[in-house]
Amino acid sequence: MEASQVQEVRDRAGVVRRETIRLIEVAGNGHYSSVFSCAEIMGALYSGVMRLAEDPEWPERDRLILSKGHVAIGLYPLLAERGYFPSEWLDSYTRLGSPLGDHPDMRRIPGVDFSSGSLGHGLSVGVGMAQAARLRGYDETRIWVLLGDQELNEGQVWEAAGSASHFGLGNLVAIVDANQMGLDGMTEETMPVEPIGGRFEAFGWEVVEIDGHDPEAILAAAAALPPAASGKPQCIVARTVKGKGVSYMELSRTWHIGYLDPDDAAAAVKEIDQRG
Amino acid sequence: MAELEGIEVAPVPGGKSWDLAGMAQLSQSFVAGKVLAAMADEDPDIVVITADMKFSNMTVDFERVHPERFINVGISEQHMVSMAAGMASVGMKPYVGAFAPFVGLLAGEQIRTDLAYPGMPVRILAHHAGIAIGFYGTSHHATEDLGLMRSIANMTVVCPCDATATEAALRQTADLPGPVYFRLGRGRDVDVYDALPAGKWRFGEAAVLREGEDLTIVANGITVSAALEAAGKLAGDHYEVSVIDAHTVRPFDGTTIAAYAGRSGKLLVAEEHNVVGGVASACAEALVEHGLADVKLERIGMPADEYSLIGPPTHLYRHYGMDAAGIETKARELLAA
Repeated sequence: MEASQVQEVRDRAGVVRRETIRLIEVAGNGHYSSVFSCAEIMGALYSGVMRLAEDPEWPERDRLILSKGHVAIGLYPLLAERGYFPSEWLDSYTRLGSPLGDHPDMRRIPGVDFSSGSLGHGLSVGVGMAQAARLRGYDETRIWVLLGDQELNEGQVWEAAGSASHFGLGNLVAIVDANQMGLDGMTEETMPVEPIGGRFEAFGWEVVEIDGHDPEAILAAAAALPPAASGKPQCIVARTVKGKGVSYMELSRTWHIGYLDPDDAAAAVKEIDQRG
Repeated sequence: MAELEGIEVAPVPGGKSWDLAGMAQLSQSFVAGKVLAAMADEDPDIVVITADMKFSNMTVDFERVHPERFINVGISEQHMVSMAAGMASVGMKPYVGAFAPFVGLLAGEQIRTDLAYPGMPVRILAHHAGIAIGFYGTSHHATEDLGLMRSIANMTVVCPCDATATEAALRQTADLPGPVYFRLGRGRDVDVYDALPAGKWRFGEAAVLREGEDLTIVANGITVSAALEAAGKLAGDHYEVSVIDAHTVRPFDGTTIAAYAGRSGKLLVAEEHNVVGGVASACAEALVEHGLADVKLERIGMPADEYSLIGPPTHLYRHYGMDAAGIETKARELLAA
């Protein structure tokens, strides 16, 4: 792995966090901490991990499903950076008639591979995409699904998990952003999901656990995936911290949805830059 | 049996009872598997998916011809719908089959969020709709699905009443850009369209199967043949009754129905659905939209606040007045009013 690629991931994670703060100032309310926990993951996916082209509709591209759709605010700046839509769109975030809402709409936003927002659906959609890719002969295409840990309470996730291994979908990668929290507090208190890796293994998946804030670890896990044409679905359990990057948001229940006034936003950006 | 006091147990029609063996022999109206197999010969994007029900809906007929494009997800209807959405987003044309309550109700949110909202061309074969599965009970009935499906933006809802109509519906909707909900019966339905001129079933158009000035009957699914039979009996008493098959529930051909109801001044709607939210509601909306609120409207269906009694399907249809005798009785009341 190139040092420059590692730095790209760090830089993009910084973009994700800073733009999330900026856009929530536009909206007046939004999800900070769920985005912060997967900033490095999203940064890595768009730093050479996913197979993409200039055309966001390229049929053989890799696809990303944000099963935890409430982190779309972190995705939008990365799609704008790729030139999939004008960066001015970002300034319209959540305004009346904007294509960009809290949850992503594939019909209105180039580069969004599937609309999401209702937790528990994404892995099923990914199973369908992975099967369709096989049927169409897109042998190198991978389908990436980003899930939250509390989301794993949804039963449909496990319907999908069981079918993915039954169908031998080695072109499907589930990344669990295990940020330890849901809306009401700590995942393990509200409704536990551990052992996450053990559960996926029991459903027939290959599992690797990594530090989800370590760009090198994310890139290494992606590089170590078997070929997409192989027969076992892959799960990356990314151990993360909800709110990572802004100290008072880290593992804080009250920052799942919130608003920083301009002074606090500036201070938060400063901290992100210092730790970046 | 004191607990049955006050409940009329219907006589067994024709001296025969409803059983699974009889159902298997009479499943000829489940032609979707065969029709789709033929369509798939021409269209490499068609896939068929079911949830451990391939013998219940005869999608096994598709599997026999195109096993590489047949997927069984086991008992996971919500997953099936979302998975089909993912396949459609990559360019496939999935048809998913399951008992109506387990797809049209259980997976209702997945249909709304993953099919209709993003406009995915997934087709749902929702079979054994209404109370068609009889004494298996309310868990296996779907008497609310039309109400749900016809309030979802971007949905198309079609209720073919027999094998001929099912094939016409499948073929005529093949190129629609969004999702389609096919509400299918019990797989042993009375043929209506095979005796009519080819092309009589046209997607999006209410089918006028009989014309008369005294009363308009709008039917759907199993009540179509029953309504025709009732109209025949009424003709013996010189009542001229129109019978309309409102097979396409969304988009709804309210114009045709309003024209006939406006002329007769009396409208009877018979459907295998709760009287709230289904075809009767769609008709009432059409009457009001066309300035015909004074048309006298009567409804046959599941009573608004009742779940079905236990019984064989034919007995239930008789009990709730959804058969020819029930429609005739209600029609006579309306004609006399």
